[in-house]
Amino acid sequence: MNSLELDSYDLARRMRIQALQMVHRARASHIGSALSICDIVATLYGQVMHLQPDQPAATQRDRFILSKGHACVAVYAALAETGFFPKENLFRYGQDHSELMNHISHKVPGVEFSTGSLGHGLPFGTGKALAAKMQAQNWRTFVLLSDGELGEGSNWEAMMFAAHHQLDNLVAIVDYNKLQSLTTVDQTLRIEPLADKAHAFGWAVREVDGHDHVKLAELLGTLPWEAGKPSFLIAHTTKGKGVSFMENKVEWHYKSPSQEQLDQALEELNHA
Amino acid sequence: MRNAFIQELVALARQHPHIALIVGDLGYSVIEPFAEEFPDRFINAGVAEQNMTGLAAGMASEGYHVFTYSIANFPTFRCAEQIRNDVAYHKLPVTVVAVGGGLAYGALGYSHHAVQDYALMRTMPNMQIAAPGDPMETRACMRYLVEHPGPSYLRLGKAGEPCFHEVPPEVNPGQWLKIREGDEEHVLLSTGACLQMAMEWANEGKLGNRSIYSLPLWSMKDKDIQIKNLQSRKEVTTLEDHLQDAGFGSWLLEARVQDPKIACTINLMALNHTVCGTVGSQTTLNRIGGLTI
Repeated sequence: MNSLELDSYDLARRMRIQALQMVHRARASHIGSALSICDIVATLYGQVMHLQPDQPAATQRDRFILSKGHACVAVYAALAETGFFPKENLFRYGQDHSELMNHISHKVPGVEFSTGSLGHGLPFGTGKALAAKMQAQNWRTFVLLSDGELGEGSNWEAMMFAAHHQLDNLVAIVDYNKLQSLTTVDQTLRIEPLADKAHAFGWAVREVDGHDHVKLAELLGTLPWEAGKPSFLIAHTTKGKGVSFMENKVEWHYKSPSQEQLDQALEELNHA
Repeated sequence: MRNAFIQELVALARQHPHIALIVGDLGYSVIEPFAEEFPDRFINAGVAEQNMTGLAAGMASEGYHVFTYSIANFPTFRCAEQIRNDVAYHKLPVTVVAVGGGLAYGALGYSHHAVQDYALMRTMPNMQIAAPGDPMETRACMRYLVEHPGPSYLRLGKAGEPCFHEVPPEVNPGQWLKIREGDEEHVLLSTGACLQMAMEWANEGKLGNRSIYSLPLWSMKDKDIQIKNLQSRKEVTTLEDHLQDAGFGSWLLEARVQDPKIACTINLMALNHTVCGTVGSQTTLNRIGGLTI
């Protein structure tokens, strides 16, 4: 357990509610991508990572990088719900001049790195992990990627590098919801056999139900899985998870919920 | 220039334990002194420039000043978005170093002709361009960049350039360095290693009595201070071994139009596109590209 020791299931539920309200108010996209990662992010922030919400830049903190920056509302919600900044600031999401941009922004307290273009998080996180090794520091770097994002070659460059340099303080988590921008990953640019690929690139590989907090925490609580190897967690997820009419629907990569849809979604989550 | 670069980098690394060097599997017979003295701060990232640059940004976010090193367009265009988003936007201390600026690798073909790099780098907010005119300016620029850490681009020629300063001069962004005394109303302003070309023309009497200046440090935010350099002059001829399009001369023209009262004429000596796709020695290619007097 980390220092926060939160009920991560309740944290994830509150994050989903915040995320839905944010994208509804801002008429923003990508709610499906955000709902997909809420359980992973809640487990990291609530149970796994060493964090000090009142000191976002504390030297010994674990570093979290959201490489799929379009899912940012999940992380903004996690940061607000764990005390990095007041929850009322979430109302600024998507407004003119807001630091809470529609792709994750380092101008928000607790955010390490801005992304938005895919394939940037893992090389950057690899640099952080290397720096930690060079400075004999014990903090870890967690990078959360999407499945479609693995089409970017920069990820595979970083995977070769991290294995070559034995960065066992680096963790890549793939949010494997099997859907990308237009259709399924399988029909777009196949990434299978993903576990075999990551293994062949020299990483320690595990697979998990990305909505099961107990199993996520169990795996992420026993890092590194193999000394001298970076860790690659394939988290099987459902895009739009938690809202029945959003689950496994490509359209929720783009649509913003109407008032009626928001009410229905909140109704489901409040009784979850 | 590349020898001055590595000597200066070693000297700076002795003083600053946070300086690191990442190469993109290039630098044979150049980078060895650093690699041997600081093996813990030297990394060969392999032939993978996107990762090299993202990696550098990540290290820089944890306290390092990282120099990424490769040749021609590999450390710039190949990983342009990593420079734009990861380095420049986050204002991280990464110095992108390209050896073989301009047409220094003339015989190696278009892939190795770095004639659009200013255009790329000068449109990035927070990016400081360092294009030294000789080995002394190279050392001076590097000292400046380490003392003022941030995103920067160091464009070097190759090896064997003559020195036009006896010691490393004091350099500041936007500040012209006088290389040859002469007429102050009609001047030639050079950036980068083509300063050598200007001095050869001067020695051959082809530049009349023009004063010659070098401008090694310039960027988007240094345009404003060019006004005073232009107010007192009648004609400035800019020289660069880069395409005219979006290059150094264009930068000075943009600076001038900020003040409509300035009467100074600006002539651009830059490469034209006909050189693209042609191979030959650097001298031949510069002539084909229009850098002749």
